[in-house]
Amino acid sequence: MNALSEERSERRAHALGNVFLHAVYSIPGGEKIKECIQCGTCSASCPTSYAMDYTPREIIAAFRAGLLERVLRSNTVWLCASCYYCTVRCPSGIKLTDIMYELKRLGVEFGLVQEGAIAPVLSKTFVDMVDRYGRVPEIPLMMTVLLKKNPLGILKMIPHGLRLFLHGRMPFLPHRISGISELEKCSGAMTDALVSGLHPGSGIGEEA
Amino acid sequence: MEFSYYPGCSLEGMNKAYDKSARLVSKELGIELTELNDWNCCGASAYMSIQELRAHLLSARNLALAEKEKKDLAVVCPACLTTLTKSNRYMGEDPKLRRTIASALKAANLQYLGTVKVRHLLEVIVRDIGEQEVKAKVSRPLSDLKVAPYYGCQFTRPFGDFDDKEFPVMLDTLLKWLGAEPVNFPLRAKCCGGMLMTTNEPVGLGLVKSLLDCAAQNGAECVATICPLCHITLEAYQGNVNKRFATSYELPTLYFTQLMGLAFGFNRKELGINEELISSKHILAKHVEAV
Repeated sequence: MNALSEERSERRAHALGNVFLHAVYSIPGGEKIKECIQCGTCSASCPTSYAMDYTPREIIAAFRAGLLERVLRSNTVWLCASCYYCTVRCPSGIKLTDIMYELKRLGVEFGLVQEGAIAPVLSKTFVDMVDRYGRVPEIPLMMTVLLKKNPLGILKMIPHGLRLFLHGRMPFLPHRISGISELEKCSGAMTDALVSGLHPGSGIGEEA
Repeated sequence: MEFSYYPGCSLEGMNKAYDKSARLVSKELGIELTELNDWNCCGASAYMSIQELRAHLLSARNLALAEKEKKDLAVVCPACLTTLTKSNRYMGEDPKLRRTIASALKAANLQYLGTVKVRHLLEVIVRDIGEQEVKAKVSRPLSDLKVAPYYGCQFTRPFGDFDDKEFPVMLDTLLKWLGAEPVNFPLRAKCCGGMLMTTNEPVGLGLVKSLLDCAAQNGAECVATICPLCHITLEAYQGNVNKRFATSYELPTLYFTQLMGLAFGFNRKELGINEELISSKHILAKHVEAV
């Protein structure tokens, strides 16, 4: 790597790290991330860390070393199943599970996800359906994700689907809540406030 | 005792039996559940993975609707419990978040002052109703039915101060009141892998297998669940576990509310006991008087 591209990639890593840190600090108690002592309690408590390219402890080490991009491009964060063991056990009180959510959002926002990963597509589809219906129709959600990422997987799901159907547990039609326009209004107002750069809660732009 | 009741999306879909049985046993115990009118998705983990503020907004609308009714919110899905509680707490702790959400809610003439408590039905039954009243309703004890009490992750983690975060015991207590025998089940609060089944099945199946191993080794005849995702994962993926690991598990899973309903004398159909994917007929025939 020549000096120029090295400098560029360093700058990029620095920027990514800053965005991450800013977002983590906005979570109540988020500043505790500074107090990580690299003890590894999180990794040892995690039911899926054995399958992760970077364990939870290594994520914080990688962040400190400016290597967050590698973590985001790996299988790591989407293997987090939100069991919260790390969060309740961390001796420094770091909310690791919330940090995992932050990393998921960061990866999706910057297009830094593992190639071919299904989980980000599932989450995005989930969001689309909630925004459209107000609730999540489980079966259409699974079908849509499989159609997008793994059409053959639908064949594998047929026996499951059939069993559910035979037991009267297969609702097909999604239910749209009547408050959906209410939700749209609220989320529109929130987006407007954020986009126009008004600092929510600062008093600027709020009604007197 | 009155609550607004939040079933959550799972109970509208594949887990209707949980909804049915929860309403039935609550009524029997004098807990008046009124479904929260026009509730929306809680903003669960998948939503939170993409949109942070809008996930809090989703929870906040539910909380605002419950506040209007001047009642606390009873939930049966631990994931909804955690998500709603998280937004509730974070809005309480962080004035900036509170103001952001408040001004968004205002666009639809809603407001949330922060007065609603979100509680899991199991906790309400064990702590507010209590031993005497539950036992008084038991007309058909589940004599010595060996049950693995399975709590899953989010009943007490991270927010539940009402029971142990790593080794909760409330379900054990309730099962004993019903005459059942909760077996030793060390993995009671471990992850079922449900969230990973569509995205990384091998890792998910490994987790299901260790739960089944643990339940079987301790002599359980069925698993009692309090979470719709754990429930569907344990029953729907047993076949895949058996194929992958050359095991032959056929362990029925029942919601804790179904077991309560049985002990209270309701019939199977009312409780949706014919709807489970792995039939519980043979074990119930052995332990529970003709249903």
